[in-house]
Amino acid sequence: MKEEVLAKLQILAESAKYDVSCASSGTTRKSIAGGIGNTAGWGICHSFTEDGRCVSLLKIMLTNYCIYDCAYCINRRTNDIRRATFSVDELVELTIEFYRRNYIEGLFLSSGVISNPDYTMERMVRVIKELRTTHRFNGYIHMKSIPGCSQQLVHDAGLYADRLSVNIEIPTEKNLKLLAPEKNHESVFKPMQFIQQGMLENTEERKKSRYVKRFVPAGQSTQMIVGATDESDNQILKTSDFLYNQPGMKRVYYSGFIPVNSYDNRLPALKQPPLVRENRLYQADWLLRFYDFKVDEIVNDKHPNLDLEIDPKLSWALRHPEFFPVDINKAEYRDLLRVPGIGVKSAKLIVVSRKHARLNSRDLKKIGIVMKKAQYFITCNELAGLNTVSDTSPEYVRSLLLPKKKGMKQPDLQQMTLIFPE
Amino acid sequence: MIVFHYDKTFEGLLTAIFDAYNRNTFPAKLLATDEIEPLFVEENHTVITDTEKSSRVWKGLEKRTMPVTRSMLSYVWLSEIQGCDEMIFRYIRKVLDSKTSIEMNFADEDLLQVRNIAQKVNRERLRLIQFVRFQKTADNIFFAPVSPDYNALPLAISHFTDRFAEQKWIIYDTKRNYGYFYNLKDVIEITLNDMNLFPEGKINEALLAPNEKIFQKMWKAYFKSMAIKERINPKLHRQNLPRKYWKYLTEKQ
Repeated sequence: MKEEVLAKLQILAESAKYDVSCASSGTTRKSIAGGIGNTAGWGICHSFTEDGRCVSLLKIMLTNYCIYDCAYCINRRTNDIRRATFSVDELVELTIEFYRRNYIEGLFLSSGVISNPDYTMERMVRVIKELRTTHRFNGYIHMKSIPGCSQQLVHDAGLYADRLSVNIEIPTEKNLKLLAPEKNHESVFKPMQFIQQGMLENTEERKKSRYVKRFVPAGQSTQMIVGATDESDNQILKTSDFLYNQPGMKRVYYSGFIPVNSYDNRLPALKQPPLVRENRLYQADWLLRFYDFKVDEIVNDKHPNLDLEIDPKLSWALRHPEFFPVDINKAEYRDLLRVPGIGVKSAKLIVVSRKHARLNSRDLKKIGIVMKKAQYFITCNELAGLNTVSDTSPEYVRSLLLPKKKGMKQPDLQQMTLIFPE
Repeated sequence: MIVFHYDKTFEGLLTAIFDAYNRNTFPAKLLATDEIEPLFVEENHTVITDTEKSSRVWKGLEKRTMPVTRSMLSYVWLSEIQGCDEMIFRYIRKVLDSKTSIEMNFADEDLLQVRNIAQKVNRERLRLIQFVRFQKTADNIFFAPVSPDYNALPLAISHFTDRFAEQKWIIYDTKRNYGYFYNLKDVIEITLNDMNLFPEGKINEALLAPNEKIFQKMWKAYFKSMAIKERINPKLHRQNLPRKYWKYLTEKQ
């Protein structure tokens, strides 16, 4: 390992970092004799970058040379950046040595497209095959599937990788065509279907014999860029909802657009990436996956965009005052989940604890419910619910819950100010 | 006030519970064997640790509680928080006195407290799994110093033996001055006499494997390249990666 590899590592990490996904969950594998490592099943973050994102996998590109010219991508062929390519051995050694020092959970391999999709994909598969077979590497492997590659290669990759992903990048085809004229949605959805199909066939085969190798055990994921084009949150979340309804789709990531190619005038000029919007989209995503919300309840034609000032669950609650107050001691689990300030964990704690005794607001606070929010939406033992959203008004509750602006001190009305003349 | 003296071991604590039921007197305070008693002690009793008695209490718990409850109690014990023994005592007493299962009643102060402390210790265990950083030494042992707030190292060891089964390693708690050495077969508890081998968590450079420096350098370079300038968020960074762990993190040196 020489300085040359260090330089390559820097260049190719720089190129790979805009991919959001860094999950290492979904597969559990015990260690095997003569092999390296295991997979925990729950993701483990080994570090966090200065921007607060988790570092779980060695997120790296095989090469950042690319034949495509997508407006949103730092590695587009017309960009004048440093380019590099790893050899299979270099990347394999790097992964294993990092893994042995407990730096990472495994490898996230991505690549620019060189000469054609199949050629690129084949080289990527070689890396993960080498890891799994020669070195018996047992950690986590996430690989990007290259749009437009053949079904056979996706199948090969799926036998070695825990998760495969294909990024949609732009939620609507019209805008994708605008920013990446060489791509279309079909080239993205095709490999997604290959993966899905492979997973379904694999489940059938494994029913017959448990010795059949697992195919992409941790499913697939995808990513959409937010704020590069004019899609509404409604369009974005409808796309996510559609994807989540496909078998094997585990995660949709949202990536606030970072203007890496600010000279391209097809892209909006942003001072800052839309981080708040990205955060709200993730919150909405959580509501879809863990809180039993339907996408139409969060966004619809009447409310096409998420409220940036308050979270989507609170926003739903304020639009539906008739649903509240919820009685903590009687309501069903799924109704408890709808209360702002109660999450999955605290809802579960409420359900098991209230069998023993009626809960009052002090208990709720100790259990970990955010009473600051929840108080307007619940009744419990002694909290008769005088201030609830149904008694007052959504506007009033909203005004109470809006985050206070920092730096702007509220004038204290009871204290008179003293002004001395000069 | 009734006080019990015991030897501050977990078996001792269980024996104390046995004695309390046997004598039908329940202590308001648990003290170490030679600890000075507070004022106004009406009665004191010195517990003599007896594994037979302690295992009977544990068996009783096995009959009445879920496995998760028992592991919670051992987590609380490892927290080493002042008064955690009294907390465990009260918890076990409540469980033994109740005809029905009360483990899920989190409206009860003692039960909730035990759960919350167990959760804190568990978080420390997870952080060990996340933030341990091995440095390879010249004799092919991967060495990692740690200094967790709670004594969570024993809880994390099984993770490391499964994951790094094909390499020798040592994880050493510098705060409590003990560690575990895995020799490709078994895990052995060790105490190092010479703490100067790794001043401030860095192994003496002469003792490192020849390639070690370059891999550390690469990891640092990788870590730096991963950050996106436009999104820098120091508050979130510190929240996810608290400063107290930076000492032993290669990438934060």
